[in-house]
Amino acid sequence: MKYAYYPGCSLKGTGRAYEESLLAVFRALGVELEELEDWNCCGATTYISYGELQSYALAARNLSLAKQMGRDLMAPCAACYLVLNKTQHYVREYPWIGQIVDHALDAIHLPKDIGVKVRHPLDILLNDVGLEALKAKVVHPLTGLKVATYYGCQMVRPYASFDNQRNPTSMDRVLEACGATIVYYPVKTHCCGGSQKGTLPEIGLNLIRRLLTEAQRNGAEAIATVCPLCQFNLEAFQDEASTTSKFHIPVLYFTQLLALALGVRLNEAGFQRSFINIKPLLAEKEIAYA
Amino acid sequence: MKLKRVVKVEAERDPAFALWISQTVGGERIRHCLQCGLCSGSCPLSLYMDYTPRRLMHLSREGFKEEVLSSYTIWLCTSCYACMVECPKKINITQLMYALKTRAMQEHFYPKRFAIPVLAREFSRMIRGSGRITESRLVMRVFVKTAIWRLLGFSKLGLRLFRTGRMRLAREKVEKRSDIVTLLNVVDTTRKELAR
Repeated sequence: MKYAYYPGCSLKGTGRAYEESLLAVFRALGVELEELEDWNCCGATTYISYGELQSYALAARNLSLAKQMGRDLMAPCAACYLVLNKTQHYVREYPWIGQIVDHALDAIHLPKDIGVKVRHPLDILLNDVGLEALKAKVVHPLTGLKVATYYGCQMVRPYASFDNQRNPTSMDRVLEACGATIVYYPVKTHCCGGSQKGTLPEIGLNLIRRLLTEAQRNGAEAIATVCPLCQFNLEAFQDEASTTSKFHIPVLYFTQLLALALGVRLNEAGFQRSFINIKPLLAEKEIAYA
Repeated sequence: MKLKRVVKVEAERDPAFALWISQTVGGERIRHCLQCGLCSGSCPLSLYMDYTPRRLMHLSREGFKEEVLSSYTIWLCTSCYACMVECPKKINITQLMYALKTRAMQEHFYPKRFAIPVLAREFSRMIRGSGRITESRLVMRVFVKTAIWRLLGFSKLGLRLFRTGRMRLAREKVEKRSDIVTLLNVVDTTRKELAR
C-alpha cells in the first residue's frame, strides 16, 4: 500500500505532533507515504472569501501534482481534506469554473486532470488497512482509557464520503480497536470556532468551553481530534476556558493514541509537544508505553 | 425616546443585488428557501449574529444590500457547514457567506481593523508570496494590523508553543513560487475574458 501524502501548512507548524504520529503509525502498519512534491497551501476556509476562483486553482495545483504521482492522496488535516474534495465537486458542477482552473494549470504546465482520489487517514485505516490488521499490531492496548472522539466540522461536512455526517463513528471504531473506551460525546461534530479564538476571542472561547465541558461531564480522560485547529483550540485555552471547574484534559490527535497502542515511542509520536503531560494518566490507567 | 423604524420597505430594496445573489455560485437555489429556520437552528454562531442565517437569506434574496453586507453575520460564519447539511432545499449557505464576505471586502463594508477580513487579506497575501502559510507569521501580521496590544496576552502561549517546537518562525514556502503567482494571475485574466 502506498499513498501520496499532503501535509498542509498546520502539520508543519502547530500541528507537528499530527504529522509525526501519523507517519509513525503508517510506518508501523507497513503503509508507505510519499510527500507530495512542492505542495502549496490548499487555501483553507480563508482564501476563498478573498478570491473564490483563485482558491480552487490553488487546491487544483495540489490535486494535479498528486494525479501525476498516480496514487490516492492522503490529506490528514480536516480543512485540507474538505477543500481538496470541494474543489473537485465545484469543477465538476460548474464547467466554467473548470475552464478557468484548466487554463491556470495549463499556464504552469501541469496536467488538467485533477481527478485523484482524496482520502482521509481514517478512511484508509478502516477501508484499506482494516481493523483486524490494525488490532493484530496493537502491543500496548489502551484498556480502560476513556476517550471523547471529537470530529469537528470539516471531515464529514458537507461531503461525507466514508462516514455519517451527523453521527460519525470512524474514529470511535479505530480507537476501540486499540482497546480504548469511547464515551458519549454529543457535541462531536460541533464547531470549535476555528480561528475565532484569535479574531473574536469571547465567542471563540464560549465554543471551546462548551466542547471541554461536555467531555468532562461525560467522563472523558482524553479528547481525540482529527484537525490541527480543533486540537489547538481545545488544548491551548483550557486555563482561559476554566470557570468554577478547572479543565485539565489531554487533547491528542487520534494518530497519537494509535501510535501509543502500536508501541511507537512517545517522543516519536509528538507527545513531547503536548501542554499536558500524558504520563501520569497512562500510569494511573496502567497503560504501558514505549 | 427616539423611535426607529425596524421594518424594511420595498423602496429600500436593491434589485441588482437580489439578482446577483441568485446568480452567484451557491445562490442558484436561494429563491427556494422556505424560511424554515433549520440553518439558524443548526448554526453554532447564530446566537451572536445580528441577523440569523435564515433572516440573512431572506434579506439577501430580496436585495437589502446594506443590511446584508454590513452585518456581522457573514463574518461570524466559521464554515462549519451545519446549515448546508440541514437545509431541506439544499441551498449552499456556506458558499453564499463566502460570496458575501468577498463582496463586503470589495465594497469596504466592514469596520476598520476588524480582524476577520484582515486575516483573509493577510492570508491571501502570504500565499501569493510564499505559496504556504507560516502560522506564527500570519498571526503576528494580523495582530499588528488590528490590535497589537493583544500580542502581549499571547506571549505566554507563544512561549509554550515555542518550547514545544510548535511555533516556528522560519518561512514555509514552495520552490516554484513564480508558479503560484502565475496560477493566481491567470485565474483573474481568464475570468475577465469569460465575463466579456
